[in-house]
Amino acid sequence: MPAKTLYDKIWDAHVVSTEPDGTCLLYIDRHLVHEVTSAQAFEGLRINQRKVRRPELTLAVVDHNVPTTDRSKGIDDPDSKLQIDTLRDNTEEFGVEYYNEQDIRQGIVHVIGPEQGFTLPGTTVVCGDSHTATHGAFGALAHGIGTSEVEHVLASQTLLQNKSKNMLVNVTGKLAPGITAKDLTLAIIATTGTAGGTGHVIEYSGEAIRTLSMEGRMTLCNMAIEGGARAGMVAPDEITFAYLKGRPKSPKGDDWDNAVEYWKTLHSDEGAHFDTVIEIDATTIAPIVTWGTSPEDAIAITENVPDPKNFQDEHKQSAAKRSLEYMGLTAGTPLTEIKIDKVFIGSCTNSRIEDLREVAKIVEGNKTAAHVNAMVVPGSGLVKAQAEKEGIAEILIQAGFDWREPGCSMCLGMNPDRLQPGERCASTSNRNFEGRQGSGGRTHLMSPAMAAAAAITGRLTDIRTLQKTEAPV
Amino acid sequence: MRALKELTGVAAPMPMINVDTDMIIPKQYLKTIKRTGLGKGLFHEMRYNKDGSDNEDFVLNKEAYREAKILITGDNFGCGSSREHAAWAIEDFGIRCVIAPSFSDIFYNNAFKNGMLLIRLPQDQIDDLTEQAEYGANAQFSIDLETQTVTAPDGKTHRFEIDEFRKHCLLNGLDEIALTLDKDASISSFEQSKNNEHRWLTPAG
Ligand code: SF4
Repeated sequence: MPAKTLYDKIWDAHVVSTEPDGTCLLYIDRHLVHEVTSAQAFEGLRINQRKVRRPELTLAVVDHNVPTTDRSKGIDDPDSKLQIDTLRDNTEEFGVEYYNEQDIRQGIVHVIGPEQGFTLPGTTVVCGDSHTATHGAFGALAHGIGTSEVEHVLASQTLLQNKSKNMLVNVTGKLAPGITAKDLTLAIIATTGTAGGTGHVIEYSGEAIRTLSMEGRMTLCNMAIEGGARAGMVAPDEITFAYLKGRPKSPKGDDWDNAVEYWKTLHSDEGAHFDTVIEIDATTIAPIVTWGTSPEDAIAITENVPDPKNFQDEHKQSAAKRSLEYMGLTAGTPLTEIKIDKVFIGSCTNSRIEDLREVAKIVEGNKTAAHVNAMVVPGSGLVKAQAEKEGIAEILIQAGFDWREPGCSMCLGMNPDRLQPGERCASTSNRNFEGRQGSGGRTHLMSPAMAAAAAITGRLTDIRTLQKTEAPV
Repeated sequence: MRALKELTGVAAPMPMINVDTDMIIPKQYLKTIKRTGLGKGLFHEMRYNKDGSDNEDFVLNKEAYREAKILITGDNFGCGSSREHAAWAIEDFGIRCVIAPSFSDIFYNNAFKNGMLLIRLPQDQIDDLTEQAEYGANAQFSIDLETQTVTAPDGKTHRFEIDEFRKHCLLNGLDEIALTLDKDASISSFEQSKNNEHRWLTPAG
């Protein structure tokens, strides 16, 4: 048998049929659904009198639109309410399991899939959301799809796909203390560019990846899409199995044993062919923040705001100029002198329990800067409950953070949580596009630790210096 | 899906890289439960002034390009979110073809599902086409999907590549879901053999 990559193996195990030009009909094992990209798909089913082929492989949750304040009295915004009610009605009509805004299992779609054990190694996972790449952390082939494809999957449990190329991102060495999966994933995008992964599925490997927790791997794969890749994945191992064991929807008994046996075969074979290989030395990675309006505008916190003149071609130069104007920054300013107004800790990139523990460690005994408004939005109701049990919530509240109900929140500002024009935010989310967190809002992407540090000092801060000066001796 | 064989019209030049889906259609338009009517929100931030009036400097607000059917733009167009609203908005505005050096994968798929044609051409050819598109309303482009060519106002033709299956669906306006459901028997037998081999694939609980 020819040597195969992890992606080849999962792909081959899911091909139902192949068109003469190579387009494949791929079987889909897991389909996650949320309120923003599904209404038109269910409508399409209704118009054509089609059913959901396998409702038990579909899981729906509301996340993008929900307010993060008390929801027991209903939802004010009429458009949000309509979209949420529509999802409730559609899941009822088509027999799909649904976590509504009152359910403790509710949360960001990419947090709850793994949390429930719905996401499993070796499966194909899709969702009408680009950050579906997150689930690749489990060694699943997971990617975002559009609404027409959501309809296609609901109706047929398959998707028409062309196979992508294989890309290997091999990260050697270990991350230094204080450096997290977020810094790593930003560093990778800074290396490849936002289009560097286009047409590829990335497998992340190497020592730095193997030692990452599942939360860290999810953060890493979450941003594969920001590097343009169709999906990102990490081969499953004991860390993966330990995370999944005993979760509500994980296999049980014999099924579990059989599953693990199979999952252990899911790795790239020795000598498997990768179309593109990138080597990254983990030991050289510093804490990273973005300065511009594209995730590839990511540099070490020790650097200065770059000068557009120094970019290689005219397209990049004009993009950089536009970015600086939008961000209200001057070339040459040290990043650590940039003052912030808001801090957002949340999103499917960094809102899991490990992220919140990290934040609590840094803010414990400190206070947020007087001019800073900081909020924490847990990824799910279960994460929130866990953080409250561990005393994390209390630490954060004492430090002056606003402690919220779970959802996407200010990652994209579809609910009332938004930046005002000109406001500058230290954010643990994944996109710094113009207007992403609110029209005219300015986003700097970073790790939860770095965002926590910024909340305390009121400006972008190198977490390593903060630890030196403020950690108890 | 609407078929597309040929298209002739004005092309709007928009030489920007990394045009993301938040730029194409911002979040306030995502609260709809319909596919139609999104054209008014297309490129909202760039297209309208703060008071809601048209920004006269934006390409699609210029007289020559208000009826543009083609958009010529930069690398990595449509990156970012999977929102199909981006494709719906472009199509609703009246643009059925976008030409760029590269597109994000998800946007590329979404556009074709909505009867749009996306054409990838190398940067030097894009630069050439952009320059010609800047001549405005007199610069008519024509696109022929059958022969896979773009004919520019200067008469030069540029050949592009496209997957056979995609081309076939677009030329004939085929409903992909119906095509797939015709394969129901193969899907069922695939499902059965997989479930026998891997019982764990059915979620517990
Ligand atoms: S948290 Fe942000 S990126 Fe993640 S699914 Fe929600 S809106 Fe998308």
